[in-house]
Amino acid sequence: MKLSIQEVEHIASLARLELTAQEKEQYSGQLSAILDYVDKMATVDTTGVEETSQVTGLINIEREDQIIESGIADELVSVAPQNGDGFVKIPKIFENK
Amino acid sequence: MDLNKLSLLEAFKGLREKEFSSVELTKDCLKQIKKLDNKVKAFLTVDEEGAMSQAKLADVKIKKGDGISPLAGIPVSVKDLFCTRGLRTTAASKILENYIPPFDATAIAKLKNNDAVIVGKTNLDEFAMGGSTENSAYGPTHNPWDLDRVPGGTSGGSTASVSADMCIYSLGTDTGGSIRQPASFCGVSGLKVSYGRVSRYGVVADASSLDTIGPIAKNVADLALILGYIAGQDSKDSTTPPIKVADYSAEINKDLKGLKIGLPKEYFIEGMHAGVHDAVMMAVKKFEELGAEVIDISLPMTDSALASYYIIQPAEVSSNLARYDGIRYGLSKRESDLQKIYLDSRSQGFGREAKRRIMIGTYALSAGYYDAYYKQAMKIRTLVKNDFDKAFEKVDVIMTPVAPTPAYKIGEKITDPLAMYLEDVFTVPASLAGICGLSVPVGFAEGLPVGLQILGKRFNEETILRAGHQYQLNTDWHKSKPILD
Repeated sequence: MKLSIQEVEHIASLARLELTAQEKEQYSGQLSAILDYVDKMATVDTTGVEETSQVTGLINIEREDQIIESGIADELVSVAPQNGDGFVKIPKIFENK
Repeated sequence: MDLNKLSLLEAFKGLREKEFSSVELTKDCLKQIKKLDNKVKAFLTVDEEGAMSQAKLADVKIKKGDGISPLAGIPVSVKDLFCTRGLRTTAASKILENYIPPFDATAIAKLKNNDAVIVGKTNLDEFAMGGSTENSAYGPTHNPWDLDRVPGGTSGGSTASVSADMCIYSLGTDTGGSIRQPASFCGVSGLKVSYGRVSRYGVVADASSLDTIGPIAKNVADLALILGYIAGQDSKDSTTPPIKVADYSAEINKDLKGLKIGLPKEYFIEGMHAGVHDAVMMAVKKFEELGAEVIDISLPMTDSALASYYIIQPAEVSSNLARYDGIRYGLSKRESDLQKIYLDSRSQGFGREAKRRIMIGTYALSAGYYDAYYKQAMKIRTLVKNDFDKAFEKVDVIMTPVAPTPAYKIGEKITDPLAMYLEDVFTVPASLAGICGLSVPVGFAEGLPVGLQILGKRFNEETILRAGHQYQLNTDWHKSKPILD
């Protein structure tokens, strides 16, 4: 199987990555080789087999819905690239009409 | 005397009996880092000031006497994937180059509560993806046994720092072999715990259904001691079950009479390095001498496990790395609109392998491919788990090589990602099954260390630690040190 440049571009856009022409070329070859390898999964008979998404068998862990002060709210906000007055700043996403 | 060469138990004894102070011990480790790390490059950050002030505090407590933890005053290095309050945490990525966490990971908080001395943060493959530390955005770590070779990965900085005596022990993480394989390549002892045994709160996420945390040390007795201090349920990590933490340091003293060892035929394959094969078989023979019984077993899903892993891991990581969007923390390129911030921050912040895995994962989860890839991989995971569960009805532990070859040359495999992935064939099945595994040095191939993998039942770390410790009581491989000037 060979992933086309168009397919690589589509996956990159889903993943919010912008690739250079060289990267697209490289990933098209490398991802194709990796997918060819994992295609051997198709030969395994999994009829009637349940999926495993975690192995410890734990079910939901619940706690009281109580507020516990972290004590570091300001510090957490201050690691944001742009912040002020206790808020994370982002660029405008809606225009006033 | 070079105090940095001591094991954890030796250092603890020396501190308790006041043969030396934590300040002296810490200074020797920092001296070794200064002397050698320009060649080994195990560390991304060395916290000399923090380490010295912590050592002084520990000395005051030790002087006072009672109630001192065996970890008190002892220098430890930490993989740069654990959040450390006030100390830069990069995950070896440019996207977190300037990230200073405002909180400690639970494992780090536990070390600090025991007055441990954190000397610095060690190198890794970016976001813990790779097998050689060559995927670090800050350059590779070099194997102390041969500086032209890789230390393994992803916890390669941690294992190199222990191997080169730059610290007494280290904390790493293991998602698909990232403690076991570099421990094998660097000739040190490393433990991958059962999934959920140690809290992962505050550790940068790789693949959440596989990630585990574990110690790396100069011998297995030290691993047992450390595990007792970091294991257990944590309300901040809901994947940690309320299973009792065993008294590992006591359990390891029991002998091996009647221990049943399984040897899976799928792990002794063509193409395996002859030196690795011989060292592993010699070790197995030693276990027989110590009273264990060897039984041939089969784990038929071994080969399919690798394919399944290389769908599940990238799928989970593509989701986990979505949080690096230039908004809340990390690199942010703000020249244009919101969409462009995402694209520019991620494209410039992530390295080649991180992007590659995000691409594989995104593809496997995308419409039309989910069933064929992700769903099928999760079903195969069930079969892999069943393989192990069935084997463990007959045997107490399973022994295999950690990797098919000893450490390879830097640059040898980096251009062929699939070849690099195939190197993980012996470590990923245990990760999918969530069982525990230990790597112990059992000899050399071409002058390079070889590790034996000892796999155990879920939450049965005491048995594999006991096997490793009893082996080390009767052999000297773990005492071999690289020659470094």
